[in-house]
Amino acid sequence: MKKEMKMEFDALSENEGFARVAVAAFLTPLNPTLEEVEDVKTAVSEAVTNCIIHGYGPGYEGREDESPKIYIHSTIEGDKFFIEIKDKGIGIENVKQAMEPLFTSKPELERSGMGFAFMEAFMDKLFVESTPFKGTIVKMEKQCGHISEKANEE
Amino acid sequence: MFMSSFFMQKMLKTGGKKVEEKFQIVDNYLIVKVPEELDHHQSVMVRQNADKYLLDERVEHLVFDFEKTRFMDSSGIGMIVGRYKKVSCFGGKILIANAGERIKKILSLSGLEGMIEWID
Repeated sequence: MKKEMKMEFDALSENEGFARVAVAAFLTPLNPTLEEVEDVKTAVSEAVTNCIIHGYGPGYEGREDESPKIYIHSTIEGDKFFIEIKDKGIGIENVKQAMEPLFTSKPELERSGMGFAFMEAFMDKLFVESTPFKGTIVKMEKQCGHISEKANEE
Repeated sequence: MFMSSFFMQKMLKTGGKKVEEKFQIVDNYLIVKVPEELDHHQSVMVRQNADKYLLDERVEHLVFDFEKTRFMDSSGIGMIVGRYKKVSCFGGKILIANAGERIKKILSLSGLEGMIEWID
């Protein structure tokens, strides 16, 4: 059975905690391990932070009729968890470079450049699509809740 | 001279001069009680306060006490590396106290082990 969840919220740093806790709650029916929950929360936090400081950071020219928003679309299919985190910000010109560990376009903000590396490390799959001046979408997936059974089989 | 782990633990519990609820000064050390969730939002606040006390109180070393911390992401890494750059210029050190497994994993994954010392 497929489960689906969509949310939309203001791109403010104070909403980072809310976003990852909401996603973690949606994940519960999969019966994830504590570590899997933490992995997903970290990955969500990284993606949402990117939307705020990069997507809607310096260079972003807002539209009058629309305040900067972050869009999350998540589904559960079988034992797999899928999530898309999207912004309508400035986009990334060179996605490959942005995904390199330690690369940051904002050293002055003390960014570690580990955001995408963490998403990659903590999730099973990661895809990034971006169009300059249109926005960025991060797609991730992870299999959850079957660690113990797998371990028994092996 | 560095304090022993035992003494450091005692110091973390009893506390020294309280400059603010989450920041304490003991001798040459600024102790930062890291918030429950060290994300981008909280990292900015820790950074601003830590830098203020490092300058005002002229301490040399920085202790991050993770006792209450349940969550951390790469923003926390950036904040710690930034503080390391500041204190190491003057021979200071970064110490990490009471970090749980998750926090340790994230710190190691980021290659911070050469910059920090653990207090368990």
